[in-house]
Amino acid sequence: MTFWPPRTPRVPVGSPLRLLLLTCSFALAGYAGLRLLAGDWLAVALWVAGAALLHDLVLLPLYAAADRALVRAFAAAGRREWVMYVRVPAALSGLLLLVWFPLIAGSAARRYRLATALPADGFLTRWLLITAVLFGGSALVFVLRLRRATKHRPSADH
Amino acid sequence: MSDQRLPTSPGFWRSPLRGPWFTSVLGLVLLAGITVLFVTGLVSYAAYNPGLSPVNDQTPGKGLLGFYLFTWPTRPYWLYRLTQGVHVTLGIALIPVLLAKLWSVVPRLFALPPARSLAHALERISLLLLVGGGLFEFTTGVLNVQLDYVFPGSFYPLHFYGAWVFFAAFLAHAALKTPAALRNVRGLRERPRAEGDLRSPRPDPPTVSRRGALWLVGGGSLLLLGTTAGRDFDGPLRRTALLAPHGGAEPGGGPGGFQINKTAAYAGIDPAETGDEAWRLVVTGRTGTVRLSRADLLRMPLYSAALPIACVEGWSTSDQWWRGVRLRDLAALVGYDDAPDVLVESLQRHGAFRRAALRANQVRDPLSLLALYVNGEELTPDHGHPARVIVPAAPGVLNTKWVARLTFGELR
Repeated sequence: MTFWPPRTPRVPVGSPLRLLLLTCSFALAGYAGLRLLAGDWLAVALWVAGAALLHDLVLLPLYAAADRALVRAFAAAGRREWVMYVRVPAALSGLLLLVWFPLIAGSAARRYRLATALPADGFLTRWLLITAVLFGGSALVFVLRLRRATKHRPSADH
Repeated sequence: MSDQRLPTSPGFWRSPLRGPWFTSVLGLVLLAGITVLFVTGLVSYAAYNPGLSPVNDQTPGKGLLGFYLFTWPTRPYWLYRLTQGVHVTLGIALIPVLLAKLWSVVPRLFALPPARSLAHALERISLLLLVGGGLFEFTTGVLNVQLDYVFPGSFYPLHFYGAWVFFAAFLAHAALKTPAALRNVRGLRERPRAEGDLRSPRPDPPTVSRRGALWLVGGGSLLLLGTTAGRDFDGPLRRTALLAPHGGAEPGGGPGGFQINKTAAYAGIDPAETGDEAWRLVVTGRTGTVRLSRADLLRMPLYSAALPIACVEGWSTSDQWWRGVRLRDLAALVGYDDAPDVLVESLQRHGAFRRAALRANQVRDPLSLLALYVNGEELTPDHGHPARVIVPAAPGVLNTKWVARLTFGELR
């Protein structure tokens, strides 16, 4: 009786073109990556991996949860279609805060003031004012649309 | 049936917006946008003339990554103002597109099985470089323009080598995905949902259409563009840059009131060293060394040039009217009729570019000056009094302020 070794499940390789392309990409990334990591390699690696993880596992779930809560709140009031009037200004204001956080929070305010001779304390105020304008504008559009809708709807009195 | 409370289950993802069309539109915008960012970034690296002298080179270990370097021209004189303005302003405006794109594909991060094949496993590792590298590039750039140097090391090597790591992954991703993205955008017919599709198997009722969501992303880009782009112009336009650094009002009034990269106090300039009695310009060349006072310089032929200051941080000024001595005339003083390269040294005590090298083509340009006046008045201390270099199309930091010494000759 012959004894055959048990057949091991083979890992599929996938498209050879895709493999070739990815190998090229890794070679270039490796060449640059060695230089990127030449200094404080651990900190840099943490920044690169941390950027992806912080975004995918913290920032995105946070804003997605906030959005879901917002939609639920409007749905509970029976006005799900009104959610955009809050979502749009909130998203735009949050975007500005995310991009300009160091200036708005003043985390490099001293350096900014000393290096550029420009005031570093107006950013928070300006961000708040832009936020107010965004929400105010949204409210205005909402009211105008509501008015137009009620005008065009035949009244029950007639 | 997988548990729909877990993100590994397609049913966990409820947004009706996700789908191949939405992702493909965002992906194609990024394909074009990031290509422009990469090219303008490489151009900015070349603009520093890193091959000219070690003092200009923040990344001496670049190896083959500097393969394309070329002699940076001096014309058109607004060249760096344009390329770097586009690099930074477009980068900022693309942030909402990047965030939306990452949001649209996030179910793929949790998809099971983790790898269907060797090629698929490698592609997922490559995606870590793509997402991590991309976010790293955008983050370091956004922090650097706000002078918040919290990243681990010097900005130049991090952003330059990081760009190549990111671009390596970006190239592979673009090659693998662009054909499908083009098909998805062209294809008007809704195909039935397939395995691994980004479309949710149990979508919530929509609160906004896909087009509406794209309008929101585009609106975010326009808002960032509108509150940033003004910082590339003086006067009322700068005031429209409400949140961007170097936006809003000018730092001062009058002829010297335009934007300052580093003030005299920040650079550690001692006023005792810049007074008429103390300050001498030391010019060295083939025939020896000449020491010139400001009065000596004023006796030389003076020329005017209308040139902007354009910073690597993406802000710039409109043209300022500079007046001073031509660099090539100073080269002639020390025995060079055909001006060679020059090493410029500042009184500045610290800072990466207190010494900077200019190439012969920059020295020879008739608009390249050792400026003594700006907009009809003597330079202010913050703009480099008693004398500063101004060269057409050069990055701001190569326009050395508080110049103390010029050494003409071969730098290598």
